Amino acid sequence: MSAGNQLLTVRNISKAFGKAVIALADVQFDLNRGEIHALLGENGAGKSTLIKVLTGVENKDQGIIEMDGRQINPRSTQEAQNEGISTVYQEVNLCPNLSVAENIYIGREPRNRFGTINWKKINADARELLDKFDLHINVTKNLDHYSVAVQQMVAIARASDIDAKVLILDEPTSSLSSAEVDKLFQIMRKLREEGMGIVFVTHFLDQVYEVTDRITVLRNGKYVGTYLTKELPRVELVGKMIGKDYAGLKEAMNAKWPEEAERQEKETFIKLVNVSSPGTVKGFELTVKMGEVLGFSGLLGSGRSETAKVLFGIDPISEGEVKVKNEMAHLHSPLDAIRNGIAFCPENRKTEGIIGELSIWENIILALQVKRGIFHKISRKEAEELAKEYIEKLQIKTPGTEQLIKNLSGGNQQKVILARWLATDPEFLMLDEPTRGIDIGTKAEIQKIIMDLAGRGMAVLFISSEIDEMLRCCTRMIVLRDMKQVGELNGKEISEEAIMRIMAGGEAS
Amino acid sequence: MRETWNRLSEKQYFRPLIIFIIILLFNGIVSKGEFFTLSIVDGHLYGRIIDIVRNGSKLMILAGGMTMILATGGTDISVGSIMAISGAIACSIVNGNIFPSFNGNVAAAIILAILAGTVSGIWNGFLVAKIKIQPIVATMILMVAGRGIAQLITRGKIVTITSETYYFINGGYICGLPFPLFIVLFLVGFLVLFTGRTAFGLFLESVGCNPTASKYVGIKVDRMLLAIYTLSGAFAAVAGLIESAGIKGADCNNAGLGIEMDAILAVAIGGTNLMGGRFSIPASVIGALIVQSITTTVLALGVPAAYIRVLKALLIIIICLSQSKQFKDLVIKRKMINRKVVGS
Amino acid sequence: MEQTGKRKRVHINNISLVITVVLFILMFLFGSVKYNNFLSLSTFLNLFNDNAYLMIAAIGATFVLISGGIDISIASTIAFTGVSSAFLLERGVPAFLVILLMLLVGIIVGCTQGALIHYFKLQPFIVTLAGQFLMRGLCVVISERSIPISDPFFKTMALGKVAVRLGEAKAWNGKIYYYVFILLIVFAAAVYTLRYTKFGRCLYALGGGETSASLMGLNVARTKIAAYGISSFCAALGGIVFSFYTLAGFGLQNLGLELDALSSAVIGGTLLTGGVGTVAGTVVGVMIEGIIQTIVTYQNLNTWWTKVTIAALLCFFIVIQRIIAIRAEKSKGKNE
Repeated sequence: MSAGNQLLTVRNISKAFGKAVIALADVQFDLNRGEIHALLGENGAGKSTLIKVLTGVENKDQGIIEMDGRQINPRSTQEAQNEGISTVYQEVNLCPNLSVAENIYIGREPRNRFGTINWKKINADARELLDKFDLHINVTKNLDHYSVAVQQMVAIARASDIDAKVLILDEPTSSLSSAEVDKLFQIMRKLREEGMGIVFVTHFLDQVYEVTDRITVLRNGKYVGTYLTKELPRVELVGKMIGKDYAGLKEAMNAKWPEEAERQEKETFIKLVNVSSPGTVKGFELTVKMGEVLGFSGLLGSGRSETAKVLFGIDPISEGEVKVKNEMAHLHSPLDAIRNGIAFCPENRKTEGIIGELSIWENIILALQVKRGIFHKISRKEAEELAKEYIEKLQIKTPGTEQLIKNLSGGNQQKVILARWLATDPEFLMLDEPTRGIDIGTKAEIQKIIMDLAGRGMAVLFISSEIDEMLRCCTRMIVLRDMKQVGELNGKEISEEAIMRIMAGGEAS
Repeated sequence: MRETWNRLSEKQYFRPLIIFIIILLFNGIVSKGEFFTLSIVDGHLYGRIIDIVRNGSKLMILAGGMTMILATGGTDISVGSIMAISGAIACSIVNGNIFPSFNGNVAAAIILAILAGTVSGIWNGFLVAKIKIQPIVATMILMVAGRGIAQLITRGKIVTITSETYYFINGGYICGLPFPLFIVLFLVGFLVLFTGRTAFGLFLESVGCNPTASKYVGIKVDRMLLAIYTLSGAFAAVAGLIESAGIKGADCNNAGLGIEMDAILAVAIGGTNLMGGRFSIPASVIGALIVQSITTTVLALGVPAAYIRVLKALLIIIICLSQSKQFKDLVIKRKMINRKVVGS
Repeated sequence: MEQTGKRKRVHINNISLVITVVLFILMFLFGSVKYNNFLSLSTFLNLFNDNAYLMIAAIGATFVLISGGIDISIASTIAFTGVSSAFLLERGVPAFLVILLMLLVGIIVGCTQGALIHYFKLQPFIVTLAGQFLMRGLCVVISERSIPISDPFFKTMALGKVAVRLGEAKAWNGKIYYYVFILLIVFAAAVYTLRYTKFGRCLYALGGGETSASLMGLNVARTKIAAYGISSFCAALGGIVFSFYTLAGFGLQNLGLELDALSSAVIGGTLLTGGVGTVAGTVVGVMIEGIIQTIVTYQNLNTWWTKVTIAALLCFFIVIQRIIAIRAEKSKGKNE
């Protein structure tokens, strides 16, 4: 590629959060005009931090960003937009209380000659723009009237319409159906022809090979390399993403499952018959046996997390019945679930898991304290012992039990949450994305813990968007789509292709 | 000895305690020692410090309840109005204006007044916990309407009473010490035991730091909120009784007017973060004593009473700023820049 | 154009507003049937004459509510501007200078509150509560007594009126005081700002979600600070109108008025959670409160009944809002 073609250059960017967490170390990246460039790496590799730096959400510690050969230093999203960098995030970041049209044009509304906002033009322009995306919706309706997929398309329409030179798409496809993804790719190709540089972040490798020109891989906050997509075989790409730790993972994976036959005889722990919850799951059937690791596979919003929340009494059950160990159970609140021997590590560690301002020991005993009741206070001595026991068992790296949990790294926080639930001595453990944003070593440790627990007879429900780790851990897999169960795979049937096929809606086995 | 000192200095109430002692010493020096003189008349203790304790008793009680609410990131600005309601009910009963069948029975008056405060608290808690209205709006409803209700009870008049038994609530002495002190010890003692000896305190801090995560570990957040607003209402009713016994009547316009700010200030001085989280009830009680002694001191220095309010408002903002992470970052950055300049 | 904008908010906003308008008409009819002389143009116009200051302040409060915040310093800002303008006029400061100064004070107070809330992430209620106490305290510092105003300009504004005659009968005659026209200007400006300027739309976006708004590249800091600035500016202006209305300044005036301003906004369909609301609704909200006051006066009841009724009404509307919000959430899940 000629130098004149370079649009965005990133050199030696570093970024650390606090003293302990180094998110980016000396990272390079460059983007040409008229190129779709995949930015890849496992969770915690530094992709999202790099994007945040580029879009002005986070400030870099060191390094240079150049746009068209001119150094830029965006310190807010607005500044980044003014420099021509536009972004679509994984979670829809639009305003649900505004109309579709307004969401597209807010901040750059067309005005009439008196300087007032021209609503007619906004609505007409929005209609025209969305027509390009084959999205024929009423643009004057509020955004929250439409599904997440439509909202995401609107976000993409907005980002592409802004007078941008660089378009960053951060996992935009996780809530889209395959037809919608095709539509998106069509648009991306068109924008590429128009000379726009597109940064595409995804964890679907098929999509990488379908649409991108080049690939940059990050690992553990470090730059691994940049490659032409057609010259990099898929196996090599995976190797580069996972790195040397792959061997370590293998080892953790080989942590030994007991023989198939042994596990089959375990009794049923929980059974759901035709369970529905308003606004989420409908007519759900499920059986979980002791000693198995059941995986929930599906896209974001497919019902995988929603089902777990219903099982834990967070979302109400409006219909159907739940049996725990063959007895009717009423799961009206998390407390009911805890008393029935259920535990739940929620998806969003920071907002739903940790109590940041409290110490490690307080975080660990919290669920057990709830289970015992408010008037049976756990003594300081017992709490200390419990905390020490789990710090050792789960190898939590901390200077002491008094440390505030917010000061720990993500992986160690996750282990504390895990300890919190193991302390309640559960029979059924639900883990929603327990390894998200955690370094590879800790990830392997957590996977090993999961398998150990199941090996000792605990029933485990494992939810993850990383198919690889699901393949490693799960003994049974249920595939979800649109809040419904669309397929089930057992033991040897579990494979990436099989899951993908069912997820995409090819076959409901 | 050194270890005890270290352990003491780690407590949240340590700093407020030091501030309180400094204020007392300052007063002692300014008044040339007169401040500390205690005299015994008829076996009762008199003195400026005793006055601070007696006059601060309402605030100490309110601060106790307010601490728990602020620890959850909420607020209760209806306490002043609840005091007015409680005073209005109690005085009207003692006076025979309402429920004449009680014949002005003081015990009935006290019980019904506290009951009214409890109901008010439940109402606040219901709005906050069940209807999920922001605490400031929910309690503002009662703050404004409550004074109206009190006015309706007293039919818009100032009720005066003559009952030595009722006066005792504020002016009485037991073992030479003022009776309100015992009320404070009883109520605050109850709170300290309740939050410390059960898991209530831990749950409260958990809810204050992260309500969603707390719900997800099985804490019944709704019930916790309902409980603390109810307690706050009941405590405010007791404070209302002390107030009305002090002025020997019920003045619905002025009873507890603006005291919610003092209570919030007391908790803030006590070092509880107003954003929610860690709290200490003893520290807030000392905070209440500080607020009371500041009032006394400023008045003693001859500053007009009107300035005290302004001073307190500014104090709140300063304390909040000192708790704000963003503000700390700003100050630290400044310092570092200065240091760099000096260094180069 | 207006229509398309309104249709989309049919769910939450309009149900509330429809109930409000119907309620207003019912109350007016109730008063007309029950009391002699009630049904007249002047009863209607007096709603504006007597509540212009509150409407102006409530319009300001609506801005903050739409942005997702809260401002409870309004009443004391009104009282403060009332007292200090009376104080300054008494000392011979020219009227226009006093007014200018007061509006400036309003903007500064509001922007300071907004800046504290935005940059240091302090909770709006604490900041504006402190603001409330600060202003009230300053009132008393300035003067503990009520100061009469005898400035000619203020007097003209207070007493000057336009007669409105819609018919021969007495019931069809009424009057509008000059200061009501200030309200009309504020109202028009507010409607225009919220609907047709970038700032207005940013305000709604901010109320819809602060993170989203900032990720969309909107200037959150400026919008939020300006919202509080406008709120205090309106309160200051309301304070001046209030001193036209009473021709006096008194520091303990309008205790608890923040609840009136807040509830009129809520009654008029503004969501306490932010992002939804109109100033037209707020004005209707104040009119309801005005009519309650009128009925209480006609009935010769204790004036505190007004406050109690308004509080009850506020509760009623908040509960309705919650029910609608919960329903909307549920139905959304079913449709999609």
